[in-house]
Amino acid sequence: MSDFLLPVLTIAWKDVLLELRTKEVVTSVLMFALLAMVTFSFAFDPSPQVITLVAPGILWVAFTFAGILGFNRAFTLEKENGSLEGLLLCPVSRDVLYFGKLLGIFLFMMVMELMLLPFFAVIYNLPVLDIKLLLLSALATLGFSGVGALFSAIAVNTRSREIMLPVLLLPVASPIVIAAVESTRAVLEGASWGEMGRWLGLVAAFDVIFLIVSSFVFGAVLEE
Amino acid sequence: MSSATIAQPSAIQVKGLYKSYGAGPVLHNLDLDVGWGERLVLFGGNGSGKTTLVKTLATLARPDAGQVQIAGWDCRRQGAMLRRSIGVVGHQPLLYEELTGYENLRFYGRMYRVPQLDERIQLLAEMVGVAQQLQARVRTLSHGMQKRLSLARALLHDPPVLLLDEPEAGLDQKALERLDDVLASKEGHPRAVLMTTHNVERGLALADRVAILARGRIAYQAEAKGLDVAAFRQTYNSYLGAAQ
Repeated sequence: MSDFLLPVLTIAWKDVLLELRTKEVVTSVLMFALLAMVTFSFAFDPSPQVITLVAPGILWVAFTFAGILGFNRAFTLEKENGSLEGLLLCPVSRDVLYFGKLLGIFLFMMVMELMLLPFFAVIYNLPVLDIKLLLLSALATLGFSGVGALFSAIAVNTRSREIMLPVLLLPVASPIVIAAVESTRAVLEGASWGEMGRWLGLVAAFDVIFLIVSSFVFGAVLEE
Repeated sequence: MSSATIAQPSAIQVKGLYKSYGAGPVLHNLDLDVGWGERLVLFGGNGSGKTTLVKTLATLARPDAGQVQIAGWDCRRQGAMLRRSIGVVGHQPLLYEELTGYENLRFYGRMYRVPQLDERIQLLAEMVGVAQQLQARVRTLSHGMQKRLSLARALLHDPPVLLLDEPEAGLDQKALERLDDVLASKEGHPRAVLMTTHNVERGLALADRVAILARGRIAYQAEAKGLDVAAFRQTYNSYLGAAQ
């Protein structure tokens, strides 16, 4: 177990340390997501019925596009000075590298979401600080980060990586984003755990499929 | 070095290696053998496939066909074990610019699960001459200092096989002397070295055996001992001319 877990944690910690040093991603991503939330708040009639209908979409649009900014940066940092090759030279299997990068991206996304949710609650006057929503966010973010880690590894070797990543990622990640939007709406409408079950199950199923497939493909993507 | 490693007759064994990128083959039915304790210096012109060979040996590039074994580990089936047996210095330092030298070495040391890591980092930093710069961020260091750190990174886990792709690029005379010391030191076991270079004098001085890579295969090889520099340079130039 430690052959797997220790290097995964080491890679994730390295990514956290790099982000703490530069603070480039957190700042730009938070600004982008916050701006999206504020802009949408002026676009719709602020009645409770309309807000409950559109707010889940606004929330996940902000998370999704902010996430893409973060994914791009996660592998761009690895390309500088050839450190991606350094990582590939480490005596661990390629899936360990994948889960290490995934954990770093997942932590980054979760911190970003936890910082944004209170703003979202204030702007849209919605009770979003709910354990059901937090669990759902964590599950959906795990799957989204899983696909994001794979596709950002693909996109980083292309010339127009900033454009390639959303083009590749969004069609594949859309089932998770749609499920996240639908289940967020269910939470905001006061659905019970039982009513949430179908959507949570769907998100969890996508997570399992995406993580397994991505971890298998990751090595082939990075080797020349 | 594990007993399984020592049991292998060759440190590096390559048979019938093919590797291509799109248009044509870069490596073409290449055979290569490097024994334990042997230093093979590989010469070759630009585009002859030296870097591709090093990348393939290091499992950074997947061979199209052929067999690659290092310390007995197969590059396709036992990549992680193979990587534990090698230290690689390439054109780039393979370091994180925003981390300090110490943090970089600590990160790689943990990935390689190096015991008594702090002592090892200190020892290597002194060996390659970066002990004073360990706490500085890599991006603030000169290219030469980054290259020295890169050498320390490659030696961190005391690998029995060293793959060096033009390691002298960007190093000053003092650093070159340290590199020679490192290559000469055995650290308690016979280390195999495969080094690529364009510098004929340095290559011959360091090598036990020299080889020339041309048109994707080993076109010439000879024992370095007693080899005349001028005669070898002429041979090398003839292969460079033929390749163009």
